[in-house]
Amino acid sequence: MPIESVNDFVIRFANVNGSGSASANLLFARSVMRMGVPIAPRNIFPSNIQGLPTWYEVRITEAGHLGARGGVDMMVAMNPQTWDKDVASIESGGYLFYDSSRPIPASKLREDITVIGMPLTDICNREYSDPRQRQLFKNIIYVGALAALLDIDPEEVEKLIGDQFKGKEKLIAPNFKALRMGYDYAKTHFSCPLGIRVRRADLIGDKIFVEGNAAAALGAVYGGATVCAWYPITPSTSLAEAYERYCGRLRVDPATGEKKYGIVQAEDEIAAIGMVVGAGWNGARAFTATSGPGISLMQEFLGLAYFAEIPAVIFDVQRGGPSTGMPTRTQQSDVLLCAYASHGDTKHVLLFPRGPHEAFEFGALAFDLADRLQTPIFVMLDLDTGMNQHLCAPFEWDDKRHLDRGKVMTAEELEAGKEFGRYLDVDGDGIPYRTYPGAHPSKGSFFTRGTSRDRYARYTEEGGPYQDNMERLLRKFDTAKRHVPAPVLQPAAKPTRVGVIHYGSTSFAMDEAMLLLTERGVHVDALRVRGFPFSHEVTDFIAAHEQVFVVEQNRDAQLRTLLMVECGVDPAQLTPVLHYDGTPITARFIATSIASKTIGAPTPEARKVLS
Amino acid sequence: MTYLAKPKFHHPAIEINDLGFTHRDYEGAISTLCAGCGHDSISSAIMRACFELSLPPHRIAKLSGIGCSSKTPTYFLGQSHGFNSVHGRMPSVLTGANLANRDLIYLGVSGDGDSASIGFGQFAHAIRRAVNMTYIVENNGVYGLTKGQFSATSDKGSKSKKGVANADSPIDMVAIALQLGATFVARSFSGDKGQLVPLIKAALEHKGAAFIDCISPCIAFNNHEGSTKSFDYVRAHNAALNSLDFLSGRAPITADYAEGAMQDVTLHDGSAIRLRKLAGDYDIHDRSAALTHLHRLADEGEIGTGLIYLDEAPSDMHARLGTATKPLNALGDRDLVPGAAALAKINASLR
Repeated sequence: MPIESVNDFVIRFANVNGSGSASANLLFARSVMRMGVPIAPRNIFPSNIQGLPTWYEVRITEAGHLGARGGVDMMVAMNPQTWDKDVASIESGGYLFYDSSRPIPASKLREDITVIGMPLTDICNREYSDPRQRQLFKNIIYVGALAALLDIDPEEVEKLIGDQFKGKEKLIAPNFKALRMGYDYAKTHFSCPLGIRVRRADLIGDKIFVEGNAAAALGAVYGGATVCAWYPITPSTSLAEAYERYCGRLRVDPATGEKKYGIVQAEDEIAAIGMVVGAGWNGARAFTATSGPGISLMQEFLGLAYFAEIPAVIFDVQRGGPSTGMPTRTQQSDVLLCAYASHGDTKHVLLFPRGPHEAFEFGALAFDLADRLQTPIFVMLDLDTGMNQHLCAPFEWDDKRHLDRGKVMTAEELEAGKEFGRYLDVDGDGIPYRTYPGAHPSKGSFFTRGTSRDRYARYTEEGGPYQDNMERLLRKFDTAKRHVPAPVLQPAAKPTRVGVIHYGSTSFAMDEAMLLLTERGVHVDALRVRGFPFSHEVTDFIAAHEQVFVVEQNRDAQLRTLLMVECGVDPAQLTPVLHYDGTPITARFIATSIASKTIGAPTPEARKVLS
Repeated sequence: MTYLAKPKFHHPAIEINDLGFTHRDYEGAISTLCAGCGHDSISSAIMRACFELSLPPHRIAKLSGIGCSSKTPTYFLGQSHGFNSVHGRMPSVLTGANLANRDLIYLGVSGDGDSASIGFGQFAHAIRRAVNMTYIVENNGVYGLTKGQFSATSDKGSKSKKGVANADSPIDMVAIALQLGATFVARSFSGDKGQLVPLIKAALEHKGAAFIDCISPCIAFNNHEGSTKSFDYVRAHNAALNSLDFLSGRAPITADYAEGAMQDVTLHDGSAIRLRKLAGDYDIHDRSAALTHLHRLADEGEIGTGLIYLDEAPSDMHARLGTATKPLNALGDRDLVPGAAALAKINASLR
């Protein structure tokens, strides 16, 4: 039986990288959004510029589920190279849309799905002589056909095309023509709409549609970052580029053309973090954006910044590791790398935004925290959040909010005779006062070094002052618990002794998994961790539950390890739920894993990879 | 090295500069380097240059990497903020610091291990980015702190203290700086303060990437027969391209110019360098000729010292980036935070 579903299905486009399909596929996704129906799209792409397969998946979800669902209800199969795999991935009762210009043997098709063949290449060859036009308009033609098949209002698509080509009006009419060509062909030749379809709704409200990397970059602008030093690496590159773009719009003096920011594309990640450290030492708010391999290179400087107590913000957009791993796939596998970055005893503050809204919020907050705590702050994004567009609540900013520069002793305070010792714990919170270089002619200067020193920044290798300093750093880390965002508790509908801890982009799938679990009669309290060091709410949550699942996207249960080490939790109390094949974790996977371990006899750990 | 702190009092007739500071105000902690280390002479030259230019010590940021040379910022300019970073990575820290506050004077001190080996890339990129700084490499051709290994500037065939000959070709930091576009390039010798002090003064006033390669014999590990960076060898093979006086635009220095032909070169800020031309055909404004000349000297076993190249109208990183004239670290909330209204527009554009 063909699948029947209104506003709740998954469509996947299989294309060839570099074929110009991305903008057409995005046009399709936004058209659904313009119909007032929530979407959750995801790019699935190889580490390659041209030629290899690429997929774009749009989950159309009236319920507003933002995580990946898993499974495909309709495949738009435009890549012969992946045909077999693509056709095989369609749910039974699903739909296959393909270019039928060349005959496909029956053995290559399935009987349990609805097959819709449209001679796209033939149509394009008839209409267009230019090879590039043939390729690009083929994409628009299939968007038109899908509009008919899925009952999307073509006028909404046209409005979007009009918006997209504002300023390039001569491109609008040809695109309209291609769109209508596809729409009319489908209306004439196929039974429209299909069992799966879109129905106009009013479920978007004031939500915005934005990439996590762009959101984080905007957060950096609002957080007062003036120095960005970075080195290109997937999947973080678009963050630095977005920062430059937003600064170009928001931070250029219209009268003089002067830029109130400085961006340097460094020669490598080591130089990038070095510049951030230098700028932070000198009183500017500075950041870098990188991924796991970049963090690996930055280790020495991160230790210096920790020990010398220099503010720095690092946006880590995590990808599949270890080593080069899977550069264009998502994971949450840098948690331990960042928490304990560098040699010796180090601990770093981590923030775990769950989507663009928090990427913006934490992006801005990170700079206040870096200045307050005088230490590196890691904003732990991942490819799924960073490189995909997500629907989310609009960004918010309170104009009464001020940038918190932390404990900076001014020239006036120094002049007034206030005692200054760079590493003195004056307030008992482990956070010392600092001065900016050049602040005062005769007071407040100090020497910054990665070598051990006393409370007045004087070099010493004596054990006492070293230990004193290291213990103060621990006090400071303890203070950080009060400054990082508090965890968010999502209680079960009924009292339960089962808890789930999750974080970051996993949370979207987790929200939905709770519903699936409830349907199965499994009730769980969920706690979303948003910062490290962990506050007492995290330890209290674990203590209050007999069994706690820790859901994450890596092989080694890295957050679970951190909970065990930092909260002193018995490992037996924390059950890992791990997904690490590079695709975003799904609600189905989480629900199945938790249900299988909560109900009935113990089963092996849920390390089987599902997607 | 000396362990004895100098007494605080000084002679009532001690020389005082325009700021009312004495030479003592430019000193730092007592050096812990070996007695006779060339690096201490360079520290002394830096102090002298800053004193003579009447630079406020607290407006100088002194940065270094790791190694004997990188320890030296502790030993001069005690009222300056210092930064002893990680091995070879001083240039990036200095670049970042400069980005944050373009108003300070940046002095990078490094060694041949620091800049020609582990930090070669960072050295190169800071130069090509035209960071406004004075970058001094205290070049002794040896790793002193780890006791005597060859560095990347050790000449091929030169011998270690144990008599082993270096098999690898050396990196000529001056040639590299020239190729990368440094707008002030000099080489000097720690034992020639008469040449070194004016060079440092000129470099400090230069508004671009100023590089000085200063040969500085390691008294413990590279001052023996067979070394090409020993005091004796350098003294014997020093081919001074020019000797110079630095004339500050703020406070002209009178000097005895009795010998040789002279050439005044105006720097960006109006100050000037007065050169006594010893090598009659040497033109400090010709970058490619400078390289050729140095190579010819090297082929003859000579070390060319002096001001090797000068661009009298340099640009710096900030000019290239178009950054605000007000230091970035001094911009306030109103400069930096676009506010809720701007955010509302951005939200609207994302629907």
